[in-house]
Amino acid sequence: MLLVRDIRKSYREPDGAVLPILDVPHFSVAVGEQMVLMGRSGSGKTTLLHILAGLSQPDAGSVEIDGLDITQLPEAGRDRFRAAKIGYVFQTFNLLPGFSALENVLLGMTFCGRKPDAQRAKDLLGRVGLANRMAHKPHMLSVGEQQRVAVARAMANKPRLLLADEPTANIDAHHQQIVVDLLRDTCRSEGVALVLVTHVDDVAGQFDRVEKLEELNRTVSGG
Amino acid sequence: MSLWKIAWRSIQQRGLSSFLTGLSMALGVALVAIVLVIHGVVSRSFSEAAQGYNLIVGAKGGKLQLVLNTVFHLSQPIENIPYSYYEELIPGEGAHKGGKLSRGVEVAIPFCLGDSFDEFRVVATTPEFFEKLSYGSYGERYKCAQGRFFKGQPWKEWYTAVVGSVAARQANMKLGQKFPITHGLPHNVNAHAHDEVQFEVVGILEPTGTPNDRAIFVNMEGFFKIPDHAKPVPKGDAHAGHDHDKDHDAHGAADKQEPAAAHDHDKHAEPDKHEDHDKVGHGKDAHDADKHDAHDKHDAHDKHDAAAMPPGDSPAAKTAPSDANKHAEPDKVHDADHEAGHDTGPEAGHHHDHHEKVDLDEPLPENQREVTAVLVLMKENTEGLTYSQVLVRDINKGNVAQAVFPTKEVTDLMQGMVGNLRLILLVLAVLVVVVAGIGVMVSIYNSMSDRGREIAIMRSLGASRGTVMTVVLLESILLSLLGGVAGVVAAHGLIGALEPWIVGQTGVSVGMFQFEMTELILIPGLIGLAALVGYLPALTAYRTDVAKALSASH
Ligand SMILES: Nc1ncnc2c1ncn2[C@@H]1O[C@H](COP(=O)(O)OP(=O)(O)O)[C@@H](O)[C@H]1O
Ligand SMILES: [Mg+2]
Repeated sequence: MLLVRDIRKSYREPDGAVLPILDVPHFSVAVGEQMVLMGRSGSGKTTLLHILAGLSQPDAGSVEIDGLDITQLPEAGRDRFRAAKIGYVFQTFNLLPGFSALENVLLGMTFCGRKPDAQRAKDLLGRVGLANRMAHKPHMLSVGEQQRVAVARAMANKPRLLLADEPTANIDAHHQQIVVDLLRDTCRSEGVALVLVTHVDDVAGQFDRVEKLEELNRTVSGG
Repeated sequence: MSLWKIAWRSIQQRGLSSFLTGLSMALGVALVAIVLVIHGVVSRSFSEAAQGYNLIVGAKGGKLQLVLNTVFHLSQPIENIPYSYYEELIPGEGAHKGGKLSRGVEVAIPFCLGDSFDEFRVVATTPEFFEKLSYGSYGERYKCAQGRFFKGQPWKEWYTAVVGSVAARQANMKLGQKFPITHGLPHNVNAHAHDEVQFEVVGILEPTGTPNDRAIFVNMEGFFKIPDHAKPVPKGDAHAGHDHDKDHDAHGAADKQEPAAAHDHDKHAEPDKHEDHDKVGHGKDAHDADKHDAHDKHDAHDKHDAAAMPPGDSPAAKTAPSDANKHAEPDKVHDADHEAGHDTGPEAGHHHDHHEKVDLDEPLPENQREVTAVLVLMKENTEGLTYSQVLVRDINKGNVAQAVFPTKEVTDLMQGMVGNLRLILLVLAVLVVVVAGIGVMVSIYNSMSDRGREIAIMRSLGASRGTVMTVVLLESILLSLLGGVAGVVAAHGLIGALEPWIVGQTGVSVGMFQFEMTELILIPGLIGLAALVGYLPALTAYRTDVAKALSASH
């Protein structure tokens, strides 16, 4: 369902020099597939995820999701596409501070143009074990709980692809496992493909497919 | 979840900063609302005060002055006009009715001004004032909160008064109370009370929201019987308006305007005006030269007048001389020089003992009467409409009196003076709102540096640049409108809280729930301002680079 071909991305440094980050000839993920992406810090994992989500444009190449090349869409089209098809979980501070847990999940439903489904939002929070924390504001939740809310929110619109960028990096081992399990379970039950970025070998070991960005990427100057 | 709610959450998120910027907006809007409401109420009550009749006829002088002292009980009364002139305005048939100026007139109400009681002006008039005239733009009728209006008869009614609501409250006047009135306006050092004639309060008016709430109405018949109010009749000429001017000055009442007397001289000297004057039928001109020329004729005229009068209200021999006596009192000798040459009464200067005696049951002879102003209500038909213009033209052409349209004068006054004041106040208040708007901008703009992350999160959830920009704009609008609503509520609350005081001070009632249509302009005005000041921070939101914003906080 995801097919990346010949994408290239470089950043222009303040002194004007061009810094190449990515040159990925081929990368694909099947429908409902769950995989781990590993790589050194600064190797360009986050940059790749932004491109997959349509948050930034590659300098060249194509990103096909469900047969649609999102790099050809205008920005607003990519926004709409992202709202409907892609869930995203960051390393930290996923939640909007002014909104309760439930409102954060509802916010995930706001921008895709459909009517927010409060019942689904509550169900999702129940599934991540936060049925009794719905009215809590982010600052009243532990970091692990915040990440669980982020997982619930990423699933809000029944996406086709969930991108998780080191979602367990800031939590202890116990909660790390809970979050990973939640990601895997909810993606499996909803048929969502999962691309999980992590440094942790214990986590990577649980997945059938583990890719190293350095092996996908022809650029070696990264980092 | 609506974008409004997202914007509102963001306002809540910055609680203190939002509160303070909202507060400054509220203050600015409250100022605007107060200016609008107060101005609206004041200008409406101003123009309402001048409703209920069409014309005011009074002595020549400032138009505005005539309106001010007749309608608003302010400023100095100009001069008096002869009673016979008033009678020309009375419509109908019979003695002293259907005069030359009465065409199209529904009713003519005399006003005698210049006296006071306590802080309040006394208006001497007839019962018709309450019965025939209305007030306000809806034609409300005068009503008594307590007691009743005074009547024309019997003679005891002449010494009764009806008191305006504010005057009654502030001067603590009760039904049945008797009071003397003072010759002169309030706070006039030369004013002196007349204890000989007292008036009994028989009615207290319901509040009208007009300046009449601050007036004390007495029966004109009783007012005339106050010694100083009878016009001396040195030559028996009931129409010597000019003489009256001198007379009044001599009486030491500095409350009347002197320039008007000089003014009259000029008028009299104009030959064409002179002719008009005679035509209008006010007897001989009081011009000095005339007087000398026509001295003999005066005497003849006097006799003629006396003979023509019905016995009942003739200036019977017994009243006229007694008045002449009063006239020669030592403190008023001033007149004597002037009058000496013409005074026909051999008794002049004697019988001081008569002075205190007032025959309360005798009306003052017409030739000793004069009025300060006449309120004229025209008929509500084409005749009334047509002749109001003709009447004004004819009266103003003559040299005895002027006629003004009070509503027009009041409108001009509002436009010329109060209108500019409102503009200045409004500009200041709007500036406060604009400064508050800049406060909103600064507050939101400052928050933008911390909000890159929030914007990036929304973008990752599928919000477009336009959407995050809209959220920021809505935030500005919401903050401004909430501040604005708080301001309007505060303004009306303040007006409501101060209402008793405002009513007490001005007689103008300003309700807490008295909204002005012009206040509605605040809604688009505030939205426009908010969109303008929100634009800069909204643009920042629009331009936020998601990838950078996300990596910045890692
Ligand atoms: N907006 C940017 N401008 C310039 N350089 C960037 C920007 N974002 C990331 N980089 C650089 O690109 C490289 C890859 O970054 P990133 O994708 O965040 O790596 P990773 O997620 O693998 O740690 C890093 O060297 C980083 O400094
Ligand atoms: Mg990264």
